[in-house]
Amino acid sequence: MTLSVRIIPCLDVTDGRVVKGVNFTNLVDAGDPVEMASLYDIEGADELTFLDISASSSGRETTLDIVRKTAEQVFIPLTVGGGIRSVSDVDKLLRAGADKVSINTSAIARPDLIAEIADRFGSQVLVLSVDARRARTESGFEVTTHGGRESSGIDALSWVEKACELGAGEILLNSMDADGTRAGYDIGMINAVRSVAKVPLIASGGAGALSDFAAALDAGADALLAASVFHFGTHRIGDVKAYLSKHNYSVRNVVAT
Amino acid sequence: MIAILDYGSGNLRSAERAFATTGQEVVLTSDPAIALEADGLVVPGVGAFSSCMNGINEVNGASIVQERLNKERPVLGICIGMQIMFSQGTENSQGEPFKGIGIWNGVVDRLNAPILPHMGWNTVEAHPNTVLLKGIEEESFYFVHSYAAKSSVGKKQSWSFYGEKFLAVVEDGYVCSTQFHPEKSGTAGLKLIRNWVDSL
Repeated sequence: MTLSVRIIPCLDVTDGRVVKGVNFTNLVDAGDPVEMASLYDIEGADELTFLDISASSSGRETTLDIVRKTAEQVFIPLTVGGGIRSVSDVDKLLRAGADKVSINTSAIARPDLIAEIADRFGSQVLVLSVDARRARTESGFEVTTHGGRESSGIDALSWVEKACELGAGEILLNSMDADGTRAGYDIGMINAVRSVAKVPLIASGGAGALSDFAAALDAGADALLAASVFHFGTHRIGDVKAYLSKHNYSVRNVVAT
Repeated sequence: MIAILDYGSGNLRSAERAFATTGQEVVLTSDPAIALEADGLVVPGVGAFSSCMNGINEVNGASIVQERLNKERPVLGICIGMQIMFSQGTENSQGEPFKGIGIWNGVVDRLNAPILPHMGWNTVEAHPNTVLLKGIEEESFYFVHSYAAKSSVGKKQSWSFYGEKFLAVVEDGYVCSTQFHPEKSGTAGLKLIRNWVDSL
């Protein structure tokens, strides 16, 4: 009886469509989110993440609708992030069928939001998403905002420690240096955050080769999130799981492809 | 008809849809009359032990469960819905543990593991005569919890392991429970739900 590594495809959603671009610019349309969620479920995804990057409130309403439709037909955990600013935003998403929410910028602006959400719904619903990059802060990693374009001036490690104390149930660590490059996860960053995080750690940003997934696990990640390598068919989820299984990592539902 | 006890706990939509895949009528309710009469009652639960018990107490959930069991009517507890079937839970308690419904005498205590919650897909050591896990004994199920019951209760126990051994499934006559979320455990979870519904 061993806890399996989780493989999590992330779908960036705006106005009802999935998009993903290199370093968050030049977005390319990659499909219908409900259909893709269902497909990833069949292919063996262990969880799904929707990141709502809609700029408008009508876009956010569309996302609620997508969450509803997905929760009706996909029976694996669903995390939704993007634009969540209050306990009432979280309530709406959970009622629509999300199991977890991820928050990022709004928690930096007002850290007490972490405690408010955790107190109301439990830590297990709350994923703290950290967009971090290498910089001259105390730990060598800083938190960024606005999709990596702006520095928050906050040290990434002390932010993770504080967020865990406030009640974050999980950390989603996204390397803004590696994001979209497919050159591998930022191993040093995963190592550093693992050393302070007492909650599960999801590594994100940079997945390219199959060996990249294994390297992130060796650095201490509990789960691996990726977008473009899955959306554009570089790897199937089954390929990643078969590779990890062959290298003695515990994975769920390995199906030969 | 399957009733899912609605006492303000978390995402019930998935549970409703998952139980509906059996073809049964499923209702979310806090109405004691419906909860008592249903062929099967599901007690869900996310969050903390004490906040779930507060919710349960607001809808008289403990007496609904007790009365159903007195009348030999099946109840299924899921996640914290399993934990509150025990007599005591230590989550967030300073000193004296919180009181549960108390169907089983035992304490739900923090798992001894370096990283919590225990979050993700894990396997179970199925009891040889399990009904709920029949045909899915080797499958993985989705767990998310930091507390668990670690001492044996009931007639049939299936165990899992995270840092230490804990109860993953208890089957005890008319009351059954799973520490994992069958409604979030893909096709294996839907099969467990089907097994329970078929046993009603």
